[in-house]
Amino acid sequence: MPPILELHDLVKKYGDFAAVKGISFDIKEGEIFSLLGPNGAGKTTTISVLSTLFSPTSGDATICGHSVTREPMEVKRCIGVVPQELALYEDLTAQENFNFWGSMYGLSGKALSSRIDEVLEQIGLTDKARQRIKTYSGGMKRRVNIGVGLLHKPRLLFMDEPTVGIDPQSRRAILDSVKELNRQGMTVLYTTHYMEEAQELSHRVGIIDHGELIALGTQAELTRQVQETDTLILHIGENEDPQALIDALKDVPGVLRITPTNHEVAIVTPSAEELIAPVVTRADRLGIKVHSIDIREPNLEAVFLHLTGRALRD
Amino acid sequence: MSTRKIFHVALKDVCLIFRDRSALILMLLAPFLLTIGMGAVTGRFSGSSTNSGIADIPLTIVNADAGQLGDALVEMFTSPDLEALLDSTISTDLSAARAAVDNDESAAVIYIPAGFTDSIIPSPQRSAPPELVQVEFYANPTRPTSSGIVRTILEQFLSQVEIGRISGEVTVTQLLANGYIDPAQAAAVGTSIGQQMVQSSGSTSSIKLINVTEGGGEVEFDTLAYIAPGMALMFLMYTVTYGGLLLIKENRQGTLARMLISPTTSAQVLGGKVIGIFLIAMAQLLILIGGTSLLFGLKWGDPLAVLVLVFAAAFAATGWGIIIAAVFKTPGQVGSVGSALMLIFGLLGGSFFDVSSLPGWVQIISKISPNAWGMEGFLNLAHGGSIVSVGTPVLALLIMGAVLFCAAAFWISRRGLARK
Repeated sequence: MPPILELHDLVKKYGDFAAVKGISFDIKEGEIFSLLGPNGAGKTTTISVLSTLFSPTSGDATICGHSVTREPMEVKRCIGVVPQELALYEDLTAQENFNFWGSMYGLSGKALSSRIDEVLEQIGLTDKARQRIKTYSGGMKRRVNIGVGLLHKPRLLFMDEPTVGIDPQSRRAILDSVKELNRQGMTVLYTTHYMEEAQELSHRVGIIDHGELIALGTQAELTRQVQETDTLILHIGENEDPQALIDALKDVPGVLRITPTNHEVAIVTPSAEELIAPVVTRADRLGIKVHSIDIREPNLEAVFLHLTGRALRD
Repeated sequence: MSTRKIFHVALKDVCLIFRDRSALILMLLAPFLLTIGMGAVTGRFSGSSTNSGIADIPLTIVNADAGQLGDALVEMFTSPDLEALLDSTISTDLSAARAAVDNDESAAVIYIPAGFTDSIIPSPQRSAPPELVQVEFYANPTRPTSSGIVRTILEQFLSQVEIGRISGEVTVTQLLANGYIDPAQAAAVGTSIGQQMVQSSGSTSSIKLINVTEGGGEVEFDTLAYIAPGMALMFLMYTVTYGGLLLIKENRQGTLARMLISPTTSAQVLGGKVIGIFLIAMAQLLILIGGTSLLFGLKWGDPLAVLVLVFAAAFAATGWGIIIAAVFKTPGQVGSVGSALMLIFGLLGGSFFDVSSLPGWVQIISKISPNAWGMEGFLNLAHGGSIVSVGTPVLALLIMGAVLFCAAAFWISRRGLARK
């Protein structure tokens, strides 16, 4: 079966600034594919080009067998998009929003009203359907935002950071709904800067940074790139000098790489447990107080750190 | 291209604006209240028998002329025909009269200098050409409407005098040239014609505030028929700016992008937005017209002509709303420019005062506003005009709207409907 989405050397520039610098990947039907990267990495721009909102500067993408540049209308009928922002009319009710957005996808009459009932049930807002969106909580608005993207039963759903700025309970509900949609057969392209979400949801992950796809594969394939190393995270005080600690730890046996982050020092090592004692001793000698220590086994965060030298949240 | 989607977009916008209380206040309540306020100031609701809304304009006449024309002018301004409209005072002290205007106690002073009559009607004994003597009009700038009315009456009198003088000269010249009179009789004939002119110019029959319709019937002019369309047209600019603002806001909140990534073309989205603004503008004007008709008994004129004019005014104003949204990027910019245009067009278009009192070049500039053409049309109808009388304003408004739509479409096609 051919991939439902194929991206070939896609470039998108705004003036002299290249937001996406020639990325290529494909997504198989039935997959959840996550595009993981920090803010400003080019995730939303990629989604905007794939959803035909903006034309690529060069390159092309094929979705459901149609080119985004040559057959945008066919592409639009195949995809559903859940944008990062709450693209809803706050002065309309959920029901009215669904009515309007359904009509934009050519739905009408009984087909539309029965589909609206299904989606309302799916997002758990049937009893609140006649309330204006502005009276909803942030989580409820997010659910309506997702519901709009599902109205026309798309084959491929783009979800652009759908959990930004919501409470843990709503976040959990959204992640569960993504898994349920996928279980029902929907292919999902999910962008996020939360490593845990990509790990939990994805069959495959593409890591994007500064508009470039720097890694691609299953989680196992990606973590293999960091050669089974651990990451030891030292949490130091706000007033401490991380650079002094880094200088002191450079020559400790077993330290492969040291990176400072916000009031933290991340040490990549083959065996984190064996490194704790010498590290704490050196810090103590320098008079630097270590508040706590975390050991992280290889994960996507470590992969990102390994590939870029920066944490995802930087 | 599916028109259903266009109407879905348009109806959604209409629904959104009618759920915005602050927008409704400015769209409907503000012009209504201002109409009532200005109507009250001009006496529209005081039950004046003239129904003109303007009465007892304080005026001072200083007559230094000892001749018949000076007397005729005074007689006209104090005649029973103008008794309800003017509160004329005869004075001999020009400085005191001017001071009364400066202190806002009087709307204007008319000063008739000595020798005014002689300058127009030469005495038979004089052989030299008369020296030019001009009547002085000193107006109160804080009472533009009242002083404008006085000036119009004065100009009408002087124009009749001038016509009489020229016709007298022509008559005497022709009589002399054809040998019907000799030069010795010429002065006597001239004086006789001058007497008739005095009687004619003193008549006030032509300056009553009564209009004659095309069918010959009389229509009393209602001040509210000037104020209400002025306010409605001014706040129409607010409405179309708000419509343009919706386009910018939708771009910011992501709903515009969401529409464009649905199987809907940019033309359908833009068409829907334009029709939405147009429908809101039409609704606003019709509600204000209906409200003032029902509450104040205001007669707007031939209903079909009013409807055609409302359509054209809403069309042109929508063009302005779309061009503002096309050119400017942020809600702040659109709001500021829209408010400025609302006031400038309101002033230029005659929402506050009659623009015919302004310099000619200002009157020409005023024609870029839908307000000016709209006012012209509504006033024609209020004066009893038929649908033909609004032909020029309607055509001008439709051309204005079409030009603005083309410009906006060109602008938007260059940079795309959705903006990063």
